[in-house]
Amino acid sequence: IFRVFCWCPGAGQDVGRSCILVSIAGKNVMLDCGMHMGYNDDRRFPDFSYITQNGRLTDFLDCVIISHFHLDHCGALPYFSEMVGYDGPIYMTHPTKAICPILLEDYRKITVDKKGETNFFTSQMIKDCMKKVVAVHLHQTVQVDEELEIKAYYAGHVLGAAMFQIKVGCESVVYTGDYNMTPDRHLGAAWIDKCRPDLLISESTYATTIRDSKRCRERDFLKKVHETVERGGKVLIPVFALGRAQELCILLETFWERMNLKAPIYFSTGLTEKANHYYKLFITWTNQKIRKTFVQRNMFEFKHIKAFDRAFADNPGPMVVFATPGMLHAGQSLQIFRKWAGNEKNMVIMPGYCVQGTVGHKILSGQRKLEMEGRQILEVKMQVEYMSFSAHADAKGIMQLIRQAEPRNVLLVHGEAKKMEFLKQKIEQEFHVSCFMPANGETTTILTNPCIPVDISLGLLKRETAIGPLPDAKKPKLMHGTLLMKDNSFRLVSPEQALKELGLAEHQLRFTCRVHIQDPRKEHETGLRVYNHLKGILKDYSVQHLPDGSITVESILIQATAHSEDQGTKVLLVSWTYQDEELGSYLTSLLKKGLPQSTP
Amino acid sequence: MAAHLKKRVYEEFTKVVQQQHEDLSTKKLRLTKPSKSAALHVDLCKATSPADALQYLLQFARKPVEVESVEGVVRILLEHYYKENDASVRLKIASLLGLLSKTAGFSPDCIMDDAINTLQNEKSHQVLAQLLDTLLVIGTKLPENPSVRMRLVEVACKHLTDSSHGVRNKCLQLIGCLGPVEKGVAKEAESQAAKDVQKIIGDHFNDQDPRVRTAAIKAMLQLHERGLKLQQAIYGQACKLLADDYEQVRSAAVQLIWVLSQLYPESIVPIPSSNEEIRLVDDAFGKICHMVSDGSWVVRVQAAKLLGSMQQVSSHFLEQTLDKKLMSDLRRKRTAHERAKELYSSGEFSSGRKWGDDAPKEEIDTGAVNLIESGACGAFVHGLEDEMYEVRIAAVEALCMLAQSSPSFAEKCLDFLVDMFNDEIEEVRLQSIHTMRKISNNITLREDQLDTVLAVLEDSSRDIREALHELLCCTNVSTKEGIHLALVELLKNLTKYPTDRESIWKCLKFLGSRHPTLVLPLVPELLSTHPFFDTPEPDMDDPAYIAVLVLIFNAAKSCPTMPALFSDHTFRHYAYLRDSLSHLVPPLRLPGRKLVSSTVSPSITPHEDPSQQFLHQSLERVYNFQHLDPQGIQELLEFTIRDLQRLGELQSELAGMADFTATYLQCQLLLIKALQEKLWNVAAPLYLKQNALASAAAKQILEETYKMEFMYSGVESRQVVIIHHMRLQAKALQLIVTARTTRGVEPLFGMCEKFLQEVDSFQRCFISELPHMQGSFVDKLLDLMPRLVTSKPSEVVKILQTTLRQSTFLHLPLPEQLHRATANIIEPTGESDNPLRFTSGLVVALDVDATLEHVQDPQGTVKVQVLYPDGQAQLIHPKPADFRNPGPGRHRLITQVYLSHTAWTEPCQIEVRLLLAYNSNRSKASTRIPKSTWSESLEVLPPSENGIEGTIPFSKPVKVYIMPKPARR
Repeated sequence: IFRVFCWCPGAGQDVGRSCILVSIAGKNVMLDCGMHMGYNDDRRFPDFSYITQNGRLTDFLDCVIISHFHLDHCGALPYFSEMVGYDGPIYMTHPTKAICPILLEDYRKITVDKKGETNFFTSQMIKDCMKKVVAVHLHQTVQVDEELEIKAYYAGHVLGAAMFQIKVGCESVVYTGDYNMTPDRHLGAAWIDKCRPDLLISESTYATTIRDSKRCRERDFLKKVHETVERGGKVLIPVFALGRAQELCILLETFWERMNLKAPIYFSTGLTEKANHYYKLFITWTNQKIRKTFVQRNMFEFKHIKAFDRAFADNPGPMVVFATPGMLHAGQSLQIFRKWAGNEKNMVIMPGYCVQGTVGHKILSGQRKLEMEGRQILEVKMQVEYMSFSAHADAKGIMQLIRQAEPRNVLLVHGEAKKMEFLKQKIEQEFHVSCFMPANGETTTILTNPCIPVDISLGLLKRETAIGPLPDAKKPKLMHGTLLMKDNSFRLVSPEQALKELGLAEHQLRFTCRVHIQDPRKEHETGLRVYNHLKGILKDYSVQHLPDGSITVESILIQATAHSEDQGTKVLLVSWTYQDEELGSYLTSLLKKGLPQSTP
Repeated sequence: MAAHLKKRVYEEFTKVVQQQHEDLSTKKLRLTKPSKSAALHVDLCKATSPADALQYLLQFARKPVEVESVEGVVRILLEHYYKENDASVRLKIASLLGLLSKTAGFSPDCIMDDAINTLQNEKSHQVLAQLLDTLLVIGTKLPENPSVRMRLVEVACKHLTDSSHGVRNKCLQLIGCLGPVEKGVAKEAESQAAKDVQKIIGDHFNDQDPRVRTAAIKAMLQLHERGLKLQQAIYGQACKLLADDYEQVRSAAVQLIWVLSQLYPESIVPIPSSNEEIRLVDDAFGKICHMVSDGSWVVRVQAAKLLGSMQQVSSHFLEQTLDKKLMSDLRRKRTAHERAKELYSSGEFSSGRKWGDDAPKEEIDTGAVNLIESGACGAFVHGLEDEMYEVRIAAVEALCMLAQSSPSFAEKCLDFLVDMFNDEIEEVRLQSIHTMRKISNNITLREDQLDTVLAVLEDSSRDIREALHELLCCTNVSTKEGIHLALVELLKNLTKYPTDRESIWKCLKFLGSRHPTLVLPLVPELLSTHPFFDTPEPDMDDPAYIAVLVLIFNAAKSCPTMPALFSDHTFRHYAYLRDSLSHLVPPLRLPGRKLVSSTVSPSITPHEDPSQQFLHQSLERVYNFQHLDPQGIQELLEFTIRDLQRLGELQSELAGMADFTATYLQCQLLLIKALQEKLWNVAAPLYLKQNALASAAAKQILEETYKMEFMYSGVESRQVVIIHHMRLQAKALQLIVTARTTRGVEPLFGMCEKFLQEVDSFQRCFISELPHMQGSFVDKLLDLMPRLVTSKPSEVVKILQTTLRQSTFLHLPLPEQLHRATANIIEPTGESDNPLRFTSGLVVALDVDATLEHVQDPQGTVKVQVLYPDGQAQLIHPKPADFRNPGPGRHRLITQVYLSHTAWTEPCQIEVRLLLAYNSNRSKASTRIPKSTWSESLEVLPPSENGIEGTIPFSKPVKVYIMPKPARR
């Protein structure tokens, strides 16, 4: 039971399909339940049958925790809970709970309605799945059961993203999910206290990157948009519906406000509108600026940004349009792109990474003539810009988080193997903690050094604290007692009580030792000398000279007898119980050194 | 039932009375006169339960105690202290002891022994802590008594082993505040406590309670503040505290490290894990930099702030703070700043079109990359990107301070400051613009930086734009393109926000005079002259054209070849602008034109300035008018006043002075006029018209004197005397007028008495100035004072009349600098024809934006007045936060005024104006009444009899069209 056990069916050394199984002190917790964007077959979901082999998931897992609403962290949830079958609690933050079903529904629509797949989860399944979700607040400690407790920390990244601390007894694991250590226009930076977990499971998407300040990028972005709009051109910004899109909206909105610009900004409707609603609601999850100003005006109530209508694309004059999807491979963004591509006054800004094969990737790599469906050739005259707005922590950020949390072990997931190798080496070098980077399906076992609470009987506690200096509430203190392990519970009791409970008789163990001293005098005189000597040295102990000639130091008995053969040699018999071992051995060594030269 | 209840009530009531009676009888009152202590004693004896006693004590604490009775009260409190069993009452008594020993004029050494004795048997930790607090108060009251302090410190040391953190806290605080600072004292006193105080405090750096740790560090800092030189040995301990779990401890530790770094900047400390050594200040700098990325923002703010004041740090470390090695996939990447710089130096301007423009280049040796540097690396980069704007502001401030002391650092931090111009929080933007202005002497802006700076000109916040104009006034631009860019952007700004006109012109004035050589090649383009063709003459009233001309003329001042490029109409326009906007257009030496103002060589000091001379001469003339006939005097005064007023309009720098003297002369003129009337000789009461004239004069003089006293900044006590004197004369005049018009004698008694009181207080306030006032009204009056006091009102009036006539005109000395408070309401403009409509009974918010100049303490004095057409006036006190201070002597009021009224049938105009509130109590000459130190005394001082509160309107009223509509049912 003294180990954190970690199994990564999805996220190890790979991006996408985040799913980690942690077994801590006998409790099994699943962290995230994501899907892989790249696959369209069974490989897109983690292989849950592997977890239990044949048993029921509900019996095996104590809880499931979802860090944020991105599909690579929650996409497999309905499949997992409804199709594979899981009835235990699922924990996520309030914003995640609100937005997650929107995305799942959208994902379902695309797969089922557009691609025509069967054997996929249904809307009802999403709803049923959401009923199993328990929402948590930031920094709220939730008791999953008597021993297992979880606590959420702010993670930045997207609205509602959280890091989770999982604690059983005094063993704990922190799972970061995706996080961002630099604040952006709508979210703050991740923060964690010095919780010193046994294991920190951190994402490592940008393990080998140190990014430039956000300000330069923002300024460039704004400048480009501004210039184009002033020229009378149109700007197309293909975005994914949630996350970065809101950041860019805020950015443009405040810029428009500051600069008093009049050109219209449009946002293609759809799920964004619903999501924006939630952004407006969960103000406490946003950054300082938005939280401070929302009394006057909620920043997500956009003044300049309006809903887009298909007909607007042909309107004359400058405008800025946010359109989905982000890689220009289909949908509205592609339609608008085709309309505007011919004019060199216009501009398209790609705010994120584009997968190979998409139109976005082609134009970014400098292709100026595109072949569209139906053998049409589209000549791209508009300007093409690339602007990276990513909300993952970079190498420095990851190190900063590790410094804040001070974990005993680090485990890297959600990244590429080669990059993780570099970071792992750095972490080990700088913090002197061990670092792991398991591959998919690989299990890592981490030995922990847990502390075990023990009940102590009141009488013993009082007796022990009475001895020695004043008790220091938070300092460790050495105690003597008997540890009783009975019925899976630990108790510390006094030896007498232990004996009584176990029905054993008490045995006494005594050590005796003879010390020979050269002393020609009488026995009792020798005894007196020894007494005086000890009295002189052991001021703090009660040294007594008994009428029968023996000497007691506390409970240690010393008797002086003449040697049977040599009268000049006296034998000192020292006897002590094993409880007084320390004092007893000290006394013998003291006596062995001999008495001081006789005093008159 | 009711009867039964009643009975019970009575029963209980009588019981209470009996008990009280009992208590009273047991107590023996020895004090003959009722005193505070006696009352307290009675109260405390009466108290039947601890809660009661507590109530009495609380009531008692609300009233101040006279110095004489403090000791008695303390004795009684102590007596009860020993008797009391309840800890909360003892706690209150302990805290009262502390309060009482603070009483001004009371020396607490007599109660010290008792206070220390109480400590002995106290069991409650809270009471113990409070008692130590009391001892601290006593100790601080006796700064001259080292032996007492020594004793107290000893007591504190004894209690340091207490198990409660509160007690240990207080002990450390006490040691920090009272511990011996000089080495000598420690030696001569042989007591145990005198041994190293630092050692004792230092031992508690490792206390188990974070609060005690904090207190220990604070005590150490306190010792430092009191002048003890801290030992370098604690540096190591302090460094360990930086990694503490608690933010207060870390925050205090950062301070301690900073203090040590200032004390021992040059000593050498080893770097752990290597055998190198560095200067302590550098090491401390690195450590504090590290704290800029701490988990708690309080610590981050603290660290960022302190960085600014570490100027001894070596430049190598300093420059690291801005360094952040970028990499991408293990390859070195250049920062955007570096790229911008490179683009600039390669001559190409912002391409940025390609994807992967910022693609990483060189491979990085994985071993050499240090992700968390122990040094100062990137501290400011982190600080400026922090989540909390408090940290960002602190970082900007620190940057500013460091850059001011190091030009090379200034050059380097420029990029980061420019970036901050785009912060999301306006305060941060403003702060960084101000910072940039402060360091502008050390820097020259590159073109791309200028570009970013200028982009901010379109900001919709006026504060930001104005700050930016100020910044542009003092920046150095490197190229002529830069100048052109700045001009273009400023003109764009002008068209977008026409209200910025003045500020932009001023900005261009400085821009022109700073860069004459860069402007020169731009002149033909700017004036759109053509070598062969005559171009049409631009419109002289166009603010943009004026802006261009301001730039050019100011550049031409130090560039004699420039006028050759001007065309004819430019010269004409120059002459026009030189007249109309003389503060923006400098005198130029133009070919073929005689220049009057060019004869003024710059070496002439303002004192010899002809206008100044004129001012003094005219005043001289006035002061010597004694020999003139009354008619002549009046005329002379009138002319001089006219001259002065005109002078004030022409010479802005002398305006305050001229107005001030003109007002004074005006008062004198009024006085003379009022007194000159023949009618005074008639014995009969005055008839209405004469009365009106004289009393109006008196009233106006009074008003003017208040204006003179409170509306001008830079008025010294010499002037205040004369102003008060003039006011006294006006009051005398008022008295005379009343005496001559009213029939009865009774009201006069009161008035006379009041007047004499005023004379008296005048004498008291300005006793030192009286010798300078030979032959003046008050001088004569004081001579006659014994007679006045005894005589009847009618006689007093007679005497006053003659004195007033015979008294000489006092010479008004002029101070060095005198500025009249002015206010200008920018918004509302008063030009709108659209009425502001709102439903009657509800309120409408009116934005008011005004600039104030030379107003001292605007937060306290400036009010907004709203006058409704029905004569109803409303006075609004703006919030202190509504005032901004963009520069010395200038303030800006941006506030909202709430209007409301009952329904009107048609729109009508209301007047909005600014008022300057004054209170003659606050006058600079009056002595301040020391505030009683007895805490929480809620008594407000009664306003003294001469305290007159009033307001002076000091801005032109602005009319706002409003229309309260009747509410719809």
